[in-house]
Amino acid sequence: MLPNIDYSELPRALQHMLERGQPVKTLPRRSFLKLAGATGLALGAFPHVAMGATTAGGNPASALKPTQQPSAFVQIAGNGEVTVTINRLEFGQGVHTALPMILAEELDADWTLVRSRHGTNDAAYVDPLFGIHLTGGSHSIKNSFSQYRELGARARAMLLAAAAARWMVDIATLRTQAGTVLGPGGRKLGYGELAEAAMARPVPEKVTLKDPKDFRIIGCPTPRLDARAKSSGRQDFGIDTRLPGQLTAVVARPSVFGARLAAVDDSAARAVNGVKAVLRVPLDGGAEGVAVVADGYWQATQGRDALKLKWDSAKVEKVDSERQLVHYRELAGRPGPRKFDADMAPLATAPRQLEAEFVFPYLAHAAMEPLNCTVALTEGRAELWVGSQCAGLDAGAAARVLNLKPEQVTVNVQMAGGGFGRRFSSTSDTVVEACEIAKAARAAGLNAPVRTLWSREDDMRGGFYRPMHLHRARIGFDERGNVLAWDHVIVGQSITTGSVFEQFQVKNGIDGTATEGMRDPYPLPMRLTVHHPKLNVPVLWWRSVGSTHTAFVMETLLDEIARATQQDPVTYRMRLFGDKHPRHRDALQLAVDRSGYGKTHLAAGRAWGVAVHESFDSVVAYVVEASVKDGRPALHRVTAGVHCNLAVNPRTVEAQVQGAAVTGLSMCLPGSAITLRDGVVEQSNFDGYTVARITDMPEFNVHIVPSVEPPTGIGEPGLPPLAPAFGNAIARLTGKPLRQLPFKLA
Amino acid sequence: MKLIVNNREVTIDADPAMPLLWALRDVIGLTGTKFGCGAAQCGACTVHLDGEAIRSCITPVSDAEGKKIITIEAATDGTDRVGAAVHAAWVKHDVAQCGYCQSGQIMSAIALIKSLPAGQQPTPDNIDAAMAGNICRCGTYVRIRAAVADAARTLA
Repeated sequence: MLPNIDYSELPRALQHMLERGQPVKTLPRRSFLKLAGATGLALGAFPHVAMGATTAGGNPASALKPTQQPSAFVQIAGNGEVTVTINRLEFGQGVHTALPMILAEELDADWTLVRSRHGTNDAAYVDPLFGIHLTGGSHSIKNSFSQYRELGARARAMLLAAAAARWMVDIATLRTQAGTVLGPGGRKLGYGELAEAAMARPVPEKVTLKDPKDFRIIGCPTPRLDARAKSSGRQDFGIDTRLPGQLTAVVARPSVFGARLAAVDDSAARAVNGVKAVLRVPLDGGAEGVAVVADGYWQATQGRDALKLKWDSAKVEKVDSERQLVHYRELAGRPGPRKFDADMAPLATAPRQLEAEFVFPYLAHAAMEPLNCTVALTEGRAELWVGSQCAGLDAGAAARVLNLKPEQVTVNVQMAGGGFGRRFSSTSDTVVEACEIAKAARAAGLNAPVRTLWSREDDMRGGFYRPMHLHRARIGFDERGNVLAWDHVIVGQSITTGSVFEQFQVKNGIDGTATEGMRDPYPLPMRLTVHHPKLNVPVLWWRSVGSTHTAFVMETLLDEIARATQQDPVTYRMRLFGDKHPRHRDALQLAVDRSGYGKTHLAAGRAWGVAVHESFDSVVAYVVEASVKDGRPALHRVTAGVHCNLAVNPRTVEAQVQGAAVTGLSMCLPGSAITLRDGVVEQSNFDGYTVARITDMPEFNVHIVPSVEPPTGIGEPGLPPLAPAFGNAIARLTGKPLRQLPFKLA
Repeated sequence: MKLIVNNREVTIDADPAMPLLWALRDVIGLTGTKFGCGAAQCGACTVHLDGEAIRSCITPVSDAEGKKIITIEAATDGTDRVGAAVHAAWVKHDVAQCGYCQSGQIMSAIALIKSLPAGQQPTPDNIDAAMAGNICRCGTYVRIRAAVADAARTLA
């Protein structure tokens, strides 16, 4: 949901963040105790003890960073209940369970007593590699695997030290087992009984981690810790925040991006029962809107409906999808910066030629929980409740709006109903807007927390889309399918230009997120030219980012070359992988073996489709069965081969691959497009913007290549290969390749 | 206005045109029922009105007056046999990812099972047809199918 980040650029990235005044805030260590105390009260009768909290001021833990101190991450109650704080946003991807699994493994906790909760914008909860609060780019497990193991091991060492002191025995005589320390002569103490004493022990810097062969939690298919709450309406999300006296705000926004507010008549809106205030507020991108603050959402929308507003869009760019495509085609013919270069001379002489143009529309994230943020202001303090993928950035943005110091802002990260990238924007648009409204409401004399809530229409028309893209390819190849020259052009808005990632993503005028997934791992002589037109439609990363379009282009074109040269698409890809890409080979072979590809005889009217793609350091291969039913492509069965190194929770890996594939399937369905006419977004709700429903869902089996290597991403890699695998099956049936998403049969 | 919510009588002061969803969430404080689209397109707001699954986001609260309203909170609190079975199947199959749509999914699943003659198992087509109005952006559909079928089996 965020671009892949080049690790070598990390120090620069962090520096960039710091220069922009991002808060890297550390609570005084003693306040973990307070935090812990509050949690204890909230969770039940047993006070939760923060591990290592009382070592503050002592020397032993000083060499450890906040991200390495168990105190911020693990609390053990007197009854043995272990609460693990996650440094990420849980929005479906399962980190609420997987991160506690990793910590509990090394802690040797009793898994049945492990609980999970969200963190805040505190500095302890930054990504340990990137140094910023970040949920995205399928990084959560990848970047926090060692961190959470070490945290668990440190806490365990402190419990052992406490037990050794209690029993006055050599620590080497002790061992742990499922939440218990066992000592000589049958001695036994539960972690809950030791927690307080363990707190007083120094935090060890160096710890020995388990041999992966001894894992008993990591790698086990484990039910989600939030399954019960999420199956009974008892799970609170950001939208469910209810503070005493809380008001709700909705915002009237211009229908054309960038239009100016020319006149406001709010007399009727103010007269609506329950409306408390009507406020002009600055919006993202220098725009202005009108917020209606009321007792509840319904009253606020009634007030908004009663507003009489005049917008001036005379001087504003009005993007129109049809004209945009014409413009993009014209751009594709111009010279531009090159991502890759190769000799294109063989194009003139190649025995076989292929020319193709692909078009991909804007896409909305359309997460099920509409965007929202609740803000409570008191003198010199702000507290926010929001499902944020970037709590630190959001806190910094809030501080700037509210004229506070970053340490005066607390962001309470809330469970979120999906996100797919939309809950992280570089401008923190949702949070900034909510803070502007809270500030204006307070200035208007309303001393109440304000929840700003977007309607579905606000969300869908509000921009921050996966950009529209045009691809053009001219390929010369021989009768054996050897590519002799491949001339390729991509046209699309840059998502990272102007963002915190620009410095290390945009090079030589090319946004790396637009080209990720091109060419590699195939050894192709490719020349890749890129154009990034500037338009006023806000764009953003969207689950699996550049691979949402590059995988489709690469995997359908290679399939077409295989078809044109009468080669099996699996054999053809394997030949290209050679022996250099074992993970690609293994993932594809697993999908092939489990699907029955090449062995099973398909029902009449069905065809196989194959695609494989690496993104976020993991490889997913699909072998699918599809048909054309009543003139419409239908997907019947999907077999996935997944290589994500060690699968921490195979049950989640399966869910993430299926889920990402459903988003990939959505992209293929008629109506899955955001289009603009004269600057106005034409879709506003799920009646106009198609997403996959249960009736679109194929039979779906996920198989994971066994591995003990450190885990790689899994939130996104399941998305990119679905559409090309589906498209390749359809092309085999119709003989005509699919060149756009959503699918359009010629 | 008097409502019967989860077998209790509740008196509220609200605009009769206010959708039942917002009466439940903002006035009564039952936030298990979710806002997804406000236009009966996604099913996140599904509740039972006199036993029938309805979209509370487009149902004026006045239409619910005097009728029996059951929300996810009561449907899964163990007092309803079908609700308990569906809840248990949802947990067993680990259906939820983000979980936001699942209240609505579960209410639709309960209504489907209750609509069948006692002991009759839903066919795959029955399940898809009954659940087609509930969008899940996380893509939990495979597990939803399995959980609905499993819940019905446990009740047979």
